[in-house]
Amino acid sequence: MAKVRGTGFAAVNYPTGMHLGGDPTQSLIHMTPAGDFVCTMASVDLGQGLRTVLAQIAAETLGVPYESIVVETADTDTGPHCTGTFASRTTHRAGNAVVMAAAEARKAMLEVAGELLEASPEDLETDGAGNIHIKGVAEKSVSVGEVAGAAHFGYGKTIAGRGAYLKPPSPMDPETGECDPDSTQAHACTVVEVEVDTETGVVEVIDMKSVYEVGQQVNPDLVKGQIVGGSWMGIGHALYETTAPGYPAIDPAPVDFQNYLQPGAAEMPEVACEVLEYPAESGPYGGKGVGEMVTNGPIPAIVNAINNALDVRITQIPVTPEVVLRALDEKRAQAEG
Amino acid sequence: MSMKELGVVGRNVGQRDLESHARGQTTYYEDVHYPRMLHLKMHRSAEPHANIVKVDTRKAAASPGVVCVLTHEDLPGKKVWNGLAAVGVGPEDEPVLAFDKVRWRGEPIVAVIAETPEAARAGAAKVEVEYDPLPGVFDVEEAISGSAPALTAHWPHNHYIYPDDHAASQIRFGDVEKGFAEADHIVEDKYQTSPIEQAPMETNGCIAKPGGDGRITVHTNTQAVHFARDNTAAILGLAPGKLRFLGGTVGGGFGGKVDVAVEPISVLAAMRTGRPVKFKYTREEEMQVSSTRSAWRLYIKDGVMNDGRIVARKITSYQDSGAYLRFSSYGSMKHAGHMPGPYTMPNVWVDARVVFTNRPPSSAMRGFGVMAASFAIELQMDKVAKTIGMDPWQLRLLNAYRNGDMRAHRKVNEDAAMVETIQAAARLAGHELPAEYQAMTSWDRKAS
Repeated sequence: MAKVRGTGFAAVNYPTGMHLGGDPTQSLIHMTPAGDFVCTMASVDLGQGLRTVLAQIAAETLGVPYESIVVETADTDTGPHCTGTFASRTTHRAGNAVVMAAAEARKAMLEVAGELLEASPEDLETDGAGNIHIKGVAEKSVSVGEVAGAAHFGYGKTIAGRGAYLKPPSPMDPETGECDPDSTQAHACTVVEVEVDTETGVVEVIDMKSVYEVGQQVNPDLVKGQIVGGSWMGIGHALYETTAPGYPAIDPAPVDFQNYLQPGAAEMPEVACEVLEYPAESGPYGGKGVGEMVTNGPIPAIVNAINNALDVRITQIPVTPEVVLRALDEKRAQAEG
Repeated sequence: MSMKELGVVGRNVGQRDLESHARGQTTYYEDVHYPRMLHLKMHRSAEPHANIVKVDTRKAAASPGVVCVLTHEDLPGKKVWNGLAAVGVGPEDEPVLAFDKVRWRGEPIVAVIAETPEAARAGAAKVEVEYDPLPGVFDVEEAISGSAPALTAHWPHNHYIYPDDHAASQIRFGDVEKGFAEADHIVEDKYQTSPIEQAPMETNGCIAKPGGDGRITVHTNTQAVHFARDNTAAILGLAPGKLRFLGGTVGGGFGGKVDVAVEPISVLAAMRTGRPVKFKYTREEEMQVSSTRSAWRLYIKDGVMNDGRIVARKITSYQDSGAYLRFSSYGSMKHAGHMPGPYTMPNVWVDARVVFTNRPPSSAMRGFGVMAASFAIELQMDKVAKTIGMDPWQLRLLNAYRNGDMRAHRKVNEDAAMVETIQAAARLAGHELPAEYQAMTSWDRKAS
């Protein structure tokens, strides 16, 4: 009996947005009298950092400081419609709606700035630090705060914008399946090394390396957060997790984390990742979705690595010690013929 | 647009609510407190499949602290529903509260609303349900074999029926049988995934608070506030404007918080009592009642040439929907539309079936329909490589889709960089590729 090592990998693609489209998200942006902006959404932040990402996109399009954007979420009284936070759709759908709303608000802002600077709005540019100046003439400048004050108290104007993003719904032909399912596809390839104890059947993931291709990243740290978190979830799916250990039987039925096992810190290997950026035509600044795909590479990569280590053919998850030992028994029985 | 032209997009500005999360200062739905708030506990089916003979709520109603007891007779609007009915998915099949039959262990039957969580729990335990047990079916292939009992009249053969009376979400591209006939090798296998819990730190829950203006505010951790509001209104027969759904930050979703599982009954309880009502799933309910990721069984058959080209792929898959539909037909269509993975093949045949069993209903989880597809495909690719004695990296690169390729669902591929991603992973892992494989690109199939 021994501990044996093996490697495996998997290549995966993942669609951005709900299958077949038809999943709108809208956005409203307005400027306060102090010159900051409120971006109002009905989208829900699940902890992945939606408020951060949408603030970055709004700031980019408006040309104002990131810190001056407040993102308000999840209120059906004030927030314009969002289909929901799922389907790797929020950066793409909500992001595109924010780009549109911010572009309209920016236009209104530059019109007021043009009045103040006695210049045509087309001749103005933002410096991203809270100032608007005539192109090429930095000293002919007005602050975003001054523009806000003038709009509110001098001209009686709103500086606001509306945005709506919808990938029109595509039917799926019931006979052939012909359809336009996605806005774009993101990609990943995960390589895993495992160590399997042939006596106990316990599998340890030693090393995990991934390359992701997710279009333009809006926030690389948050992308990495998804990748690392998904690696952990992938280990759980591949090796431990099931609500029905006797599937398809409904018993036993775990009801707590004593019996529903998930990886702990000690089971987590070093996760290395590299991200390639090939901008998507349809994405906000070229972004694709990364939220869901991050377990899809690790799971088959781990099982391929186990099969490689043991020279067996396991085709189910989770690969519990029992599954490993049964596979080894079967291999032994076949060898003995 | 290259990164150089961008300002704050592409920069690590930090997650703006990270410190608030880490310090425990983020407001979740449960951080809202109202005086005189009531608590709801559900009495659930103890049987996976049975006729309901009698439901007796008298002892529950008389239990100390119990304020209100709700059965299907109290529902003012729909008795059965499906969350996607508004976009044409149906027929609606899932009881809001079970009436004539239960079809899975854990199905809600009676809601008990009381002054404290303990009183609600004690009251719910005193509901008496008399069952006439029926044989259950738990395996997807057994369920559709013809010998199993039909779970509902909607699905006489225990599988979802797609438009034009199709038993599966289909892909038909090229001619797989012709492909198999021409192939040098046939590679087949069977794959099985398991039901998996989304396992959010925060379980499903909401607080429904009647206002003085006749409206009800619902603090909820749903992943989709408008969707939850509109479905709640439709179930209860209310004007949607009567409801305000208010979220905040959700303590983990992963697809487990889109079922509108807690809001409708909580709103009804708030309407009936005129008091705020809280309904929070226990961890036990989160694991055994709340939708899990569906378990999938797949059969894949490939026709492969000696040089590694996969010329035909035939896939039959069975998605275990449990007792009711929920979003399974959507998941199955996404599953079928994903096939045959990031590869170009001239002949593809897919039948993706949604099957009903007496198991807890399953639904969305991170990568709905696609996770099981990627799992099976990538294990299959290793088997193909081993069968023909080819490097599995080279097998994938050879077959990987290129931009401009026609995919099996007949959309021309664009924006894809699968080849570059595999090449970069090989470099990262120290796997040497021959020069012609390093020269491959997603933008030109001939480059190598």
